[in-house]
Amino acid sequence: MDNATYTMLRQFADSWGLAFMFVFFAVAIGFVLLNPRASANARNAAAIPFKEDHVDGE
Amino acid sequence: MKFATETIVVAIAAFLALLGAAFAADDAFRAHAYVLFLVLAITTVVFLRRVETVPSEGSKFSIFGARDTGAYLDNVVRAGVIATVFWGVVGFTVGVLIASQLAWPVLNLEPYLNFGRLRPLHTSAVIFAFGGNGLLATSFYVVQRTCRARLFGGNLAWFVFWGYQLFIVLAATGYVLGITEGREYAEPEWYVDLWLTVVWVAYLVVYLGTIVKRREPHIYVANWFYLSFIVTIAMLHVVNNLSMPVSFLGAKSYSAFSGVQDALTQWWYGHNAVGFFLTAGFLGMMYYFIPKQANRPVYSYRLSIIHFWSLIFLYIWAGPHHLHYTALPDWAQTLGMVFSVMLWMPSWGGMINGLMTLSGAWDKLRTDPIIRMMVIAVAFYGMSTFEGPMMSVKAVNSLSHYTDWTIGHVHSGALGWVGMITFGAVYYLVPRLWERHRLYSLRLVNWHFWLATIGIVIYAASMWVSGIMQGLMWREYDDQGFLVYSFAETVAAMHPYYIMRLLGGVMYLSGSVIMAYNIIQTIRGVERTEIPMGEAALQPAE
Repeated sequence: MDNATYTMLRQFADSWGLAFMFVFFAVAIGFVLLNPRASANARNAAAIPFKEDHVDGE
Repeated sequence: MKFATETIVVAIAAFLALLGAAFAADDAFRAHAYVLFLVLAITTVVFLRRVETVPSEGSKFSIFGARDTGAYLDNVVRAGVIATVFWGVVGFTVGVLIASQLAWPVLNLEPYLNFGRLRPLHTSAVIFAFGGNGLLATSFYVVQRTCRARLFGGNLAWFVFWGYQLFIVLAATGYVLGITEGREYAEPEWYVDLWLTVVWVAYLVVYLGTIVKRREPHIYVANWFYLSFIVTIAMLHVVNNLSMPVSFLGAKSYSAFSGVQDALTQWWYGHNAVGFFLTAGFLGMMYYFIPKQANRPVYSYRLSIIHFWSLIFLYIWAGPHHLHYTALPDWAQTLGMVFSVMLWMPSWGGMINGLMTLSGAWDKLRTDPIIRMMVIAVAFYGMSTFEGPMMSVKAVNSLSHYTDWTIGHVHSGALGWVGMITFGAVYYLVPRLWERHRLYSLRLVNWHFWLATIGIVIYAASMWVSGIMQGLMWREYDDQGFLVYSFAETVAAMHPYYIMRLLGGVMYLSGSVIMAYNIIQTIRGVERTEIPMGEAALQPAE
């Protein structure tokens, strides 16, 4: 990789690349925390390990 | 005919191994080919004895208990649990041996049993044999229960199990014979690496296939952690082990990388082996077995999701902190440090999630030594994930690097977090897998807990003191700028701490031997007559 390409990639990583990753991360966490159905979904998902106790594995 | 194809395939492989031995380019490869031939020949005989020309209901292949015809494929899990206990005792024993060698160098028996050859044997036995089998067994158990589906691929799971044991045997014999790539935690040579790749791909197929055919709509978070462990280890293993063999019938190979790129690739692998093998996989264990043992759902499922994505996003960048003050560019070192410090938050989020799962059930700690073991594991996870980021800070690292402090840190994580959560999972699994009413003895679990916990504390504390002293002695200058201590003087100063470390290791090993006895008795169906835990202190005065 020549120096100009490296410098260009480096500048991108330090600016828009960094901003993109931060926004992606913030959106992902926001989706988990703010999704209106998240609470009920999470409650159901957390109960999955206990379903076998009731279903008894067929 | 049952097992006919398997018998033929293994017999041909044994013949090829024999040819490999005959035409080997060097003695090391020849020795390994003979080891492989021996293993495959024994396997062929075992298969021959199992071949059925006439289908018979009463003689189905079953080593580990009842025939596996239920909803779940559990015999492979049973085998994994037994292998976990076995390799745990082996790995801890070798650890005690090499700790003795450091304290008393006369115990180094040349050439096969010196510290240089036994040290990778110890690390691989505890990480890949003990930890790896624990992950194989628990991941197969958890994915079936949380997906409500039988393992995908039928006997492919057995191929994964036995293929993995073959990898362990080849790696272990290779270390003793001096066959090594010299890459930490990735010592096996090219042909063993190729074999592990085949086994690992089969593991991924079994795991993904089971998830794909699941009858539970949601993929439980433990499976996310297990899957990230399987996928990432595959990527790390393949890239870090890219190498060119000197001969296709020789043991020696050369890495595809050189210089600082080689070092960075190695520590990108090395740190993520910690991150994804020793952390993500065991977090999968935590997210299933703590709720099950505590009999309450995980404290916050949403926090577990944030824990997962944050952890896997951050961990992969942290490797350069192993190369502070080296030829690695300064910005890359700083990158490794910054990501390591950021890792503290998701790690503690996970720790809090694990601990708070016991919210409202803390009284179980008094009566249930298994949940106590799991809780101490999570506590050690918290401690070592605070210590790790702290040690990655360059100013701290300038003192800690290359000293025994690092050894103390690694062992507080490995013995405390990985060991204890695995012991807890094994104690949970055995009575259920072998359909026993309870473990042989809960009081022996209690003995195991205290021996292991005190052993870890002695080990880690002595290494902290030894390591910090070592670092300070190395950097001590006199008024004229000369080093105050020679290297030999620093080694002599550490001798008492090496003996203390040995004591801690012996205690930890003793606990694991007690566990092995407890597990064997439980599998045999014996129940020890004993006062239930917690009741002795509550007896009314007479």
